Amino acid sequence: MLLFSCPNCGPRDETEFHYGGQAHVPYPKDTDAMTDKEWAEFLFYRDNTRGDFAERWVHSTGCRQWFNMLRDTVSYEVKAVYPMGSTSPTPGGQSPAGQFPASTVQTQQKGAQS
Amino acid sequence: MAETAEMANARLQGLRRSPAVHLWEKFEQESVAGSLGVTLREIPFLTMVGVRVDPASETGARIAEVVGGLPERCGEVGGPLAEGEATGTLWLGPEEFLVVGPAHGKGPDLLGRLLEALAGDAGQVVDLSANRTTFELAGHSALAVLEKSCALDLHPRAFTVGTALGTEIGSIPVVLWKLEAERFRIFPRASFADFVGRWLLDGMREFASVEVR
Repeated sequence: MLLFSCPNCGPRDETEFHYGGQAHVPYPKDTDAMTDKEWAEFLFYRDNTRGDFAERWVHSTGCRQWFNMLRDTVSYEVKAVYPMGSTSPTPGGQSPAGQFPASTVQTQQKGAQS
Repeated sequence: MAETAEMANARLQGLRRSPAVHLWEKFEQESVAGSLGVTLREIPFLTMVGVRVDPASETGARIAEVVGGLPERCGEVGGPLAEGEATGTLWLGPEEFLVVGPAHGKGPDLLGRLLEALAGDAGQVVDLSANRTTFELAGHSALAVLEKSCALDLHPRAFTVGTALGTEIGSIPVVLWKLEAERFRIFPRASFADFVGRWLLDGMREFASVEVR
C-alpha cells in the first residue's frame, strides 16, 4: 500500500484516492477549427512516460479535492505534490503541451483543472 | 379537523426507522463489560446539515456565527452548537462541512438558521439528516476494535480527542469523530449501517471471551 500525501489531509492510503490521468493537458482553444484527428488525440492520446510523470489525483474518500502529483512510474516514488493550476515542477516547467499547435493551446488560468 | 403541518410531522416522526434499528438488540447483547469492555450503540436521527461555503467569505462568517465557528483544517471540529449531547461542525473539505446537531425537534431549528445565514449567496445548505446514521463505540477496547479495520493512525498521539476525520472502516467510507479517549462516533451512510454495525460487532466479539494467556 502506498501512502500519498494529500495537500489537505496529509498522508493517506492510496485506496482513498482516484486517478485522474495525465496532468497539464491543455484544453484546445479553438475546438471548431480542429480536425477530427486532432480532437481525438486531445481526448484520448496521453503520454506513457517511463520515469517522472505528472498526473492528477483526487482524494475521493477524504476532502474530495483534486491535486497534481509527480510520480516516478518505475519506482512509484512520489516526487512532488502541487496544487491544480500550477506548473509542473519538472525541468522545463509545463509538461507535454507539444501535441497541439501553440495557437490552439489555451492559457492556463489559476484554479482551473490542468 | 384538518391535519396541521405539526401533526403531520409528529405522525411522520413516529413512522421513522433508523437504519440499524434491527441490530439494537444485538448491540446490547454483544456489548462487553469489564476491563476489556466495549459497547456499541446507534444514536438515531441526529440532525446533520451539509454546508458548502467559502469560510473566508462574508457568507462563511455568517454561517460560522450560527455554528460557533467553522473548522479551519482537516481534523478540526467547530462548535459545539449546544451543551450536553455532542454537537459540532466536522471538516469534510476546505469548503465542505457537516454540521451535526441534536436529534430533530430537540434543539433550535438548525437548518432554518443556516439557510437564513446563507441568504441565497454562493454556497449550499442541505439537510442530510437521513444520509448518515451515528454509531457510538466506547470502552477500553474501542480503539482496538477500530484499529482492526481502519488504516488511519489512531494512536492518541496522532488522533487526538476532539478530532474528526473522513476515513474507511472495513472499506466503507465513514467519518470518525473521537469524542473522548475511549469514545468514538462513527458516521456511515445509511445504506452501509447494517454492514458497519455487524462488522464492528464482529470486531468486538474477541473481547467477550476470556483472554488466553
